[in-house]
Amino acid sequence: MTAAYPADALKAHPSNDYPAYNSTARRHPSRPLVPLAHTLSELTGPVYGHDDVTAAEADLTTRHAGEPLGERIIVAGRVLDEDGRPVPHTLVEIWQANAAGRYIHLNDQHPAPLDPNFTGAGRIVTDAEGRYRFVSIKPGAYPWRNHHNAWRPAHIHFSLFGPSFLTRLVTQMYFPGDPLFAFDPIFNSITDEKARARTVSAFDLDLTQPEWALGYRFDIVLRGRNATPVEDPHHD
Amino acid sequence: MTETITPSQTVGPFFHYGLIRPGQTDIAPSQVPGQRIVVEGRVLDGDGQPVPDAMIEVWQADAEGRYAHPADPHGRGANSGFAGHGRAPTDTAGVWRVTTVKPGAVPHPKGGTQAPHLTLGVFARGLLLRLHTRLYFDDEAANATDPVLASIDADRRGTLIAKGDAAGGTAVYRLDIRLQGDGETVFFLA
Ligand SMILES: [Fe+2]
Repeated sequence: MTAAYPADALKAHPSNDYPAYNSTARRHPSRPLVPLAHTLSELTGPVYGHDDVTAAEADLTTRHAGEPLGERIIVAGRVLDEDGRPVPHTLVEIWQANAAGRYIHLNDQHPAPLDPNFTGAGRIVTDAEGRYRFVSIKPGAYPWRNHHNAWRPAHIHFSLFGPSFLTRLVTQMYFPGDPLFAFDPIFNSITDEKARARTVSAFDLDLTQPEWALGYRFDIVLRGRNATPVEDPHHD
Repeated sequence: MTETITPSQTVGPFFHYGLIRPGQTDIAPSQVPGQRIVVEGRVLDGDGQPVPDAMIEVWQADAEGRYAHPADPHGRGANSGFAGHGRAPTDTAGVWRVTTVKPGAVPHPKGGTQAPHLTLGVFARGLLLRLHTRLYFDDEAANATDPVLASIDADRRGTLIAKGDAAGGTAVYRLDIRLQGDGETVFFLA
């Protein structure tokens, strides 16, 4: 099998078969995944340019007539591959609940107030060094019906492409020290401790702006490609 | 020494306003050459129930088999205005649908070509990690020699092959994605 992207990295991911998260029960494949050699179809992927995204889309607090309620935050970091190389010019999309823990989505029935000044969606394309920076408000925790008294830790949903179909990542960014971590099956579906820690942002005083906003650093590590594609004769 | 990658988490039920934008189900603008087709299907769970909160991502080559991406040596020639990428949320009946041009055959690293296909990513509440599959077309003779189809047990190959219907003029290709159980779609480890 031609493994341009080493498979070892995939160990960080949760398994789709994770019973503590009830919705997985009827949605996870029951048959083993079929190994697929990396062809041009997998080694390519969607390309977005800076032209596709406006700078205003990275500030979720200035999208309406007024300012949203909540704790203003800056979320910034770098997108890197597993070998530490920056991932430049890649699209980062985020969406989140408002400060009260309510999504603008029609199906969100949580009886917490909507904020007319907050939608909660943003986009940015990383710069040449893989950097990105969003301004937002800290999302609230919210209840869900997975089990009795179930609450999601505060989180921001992240979506990234990276350079190929194989680097595609949808994840969630958490805030440090959240007391709900121990009770959240989605967070704990990541069984590897180091991998779990990757999803938790770090408070950063240098990123924090005096009199204005708290800074949270969140670096994102995507799968990396071998410099030289290797042939593994054993899995052909 | 390689670093641990950032692990996947579910897209959740409320992704629409973050990820879905107008025009994303129309992969090929009208000036892009090629046979215009509709691709649609349902996403079904292990009970055969529709999944109304899934998102399908489509990645494909143009009608000449070129990917609009620097890793494709012929990609620079890909039709302008054709990005090859689409997104479609499922509706309350679990149905997703895109319009596009039928892709051409693309090279295989061992030589020869792969039959025309779409690469699909499946996201949903209850999926902690994207599922990766492909969609082939039932009227392509090249399916018989496609190395990826050949690597799949014959009795499961059909889960990747969409059935064409040209009765209404524009060809419509239909394929259901079954996440679990009878007729479970082949998903890849890549
Ligand atoms: Fe969420």
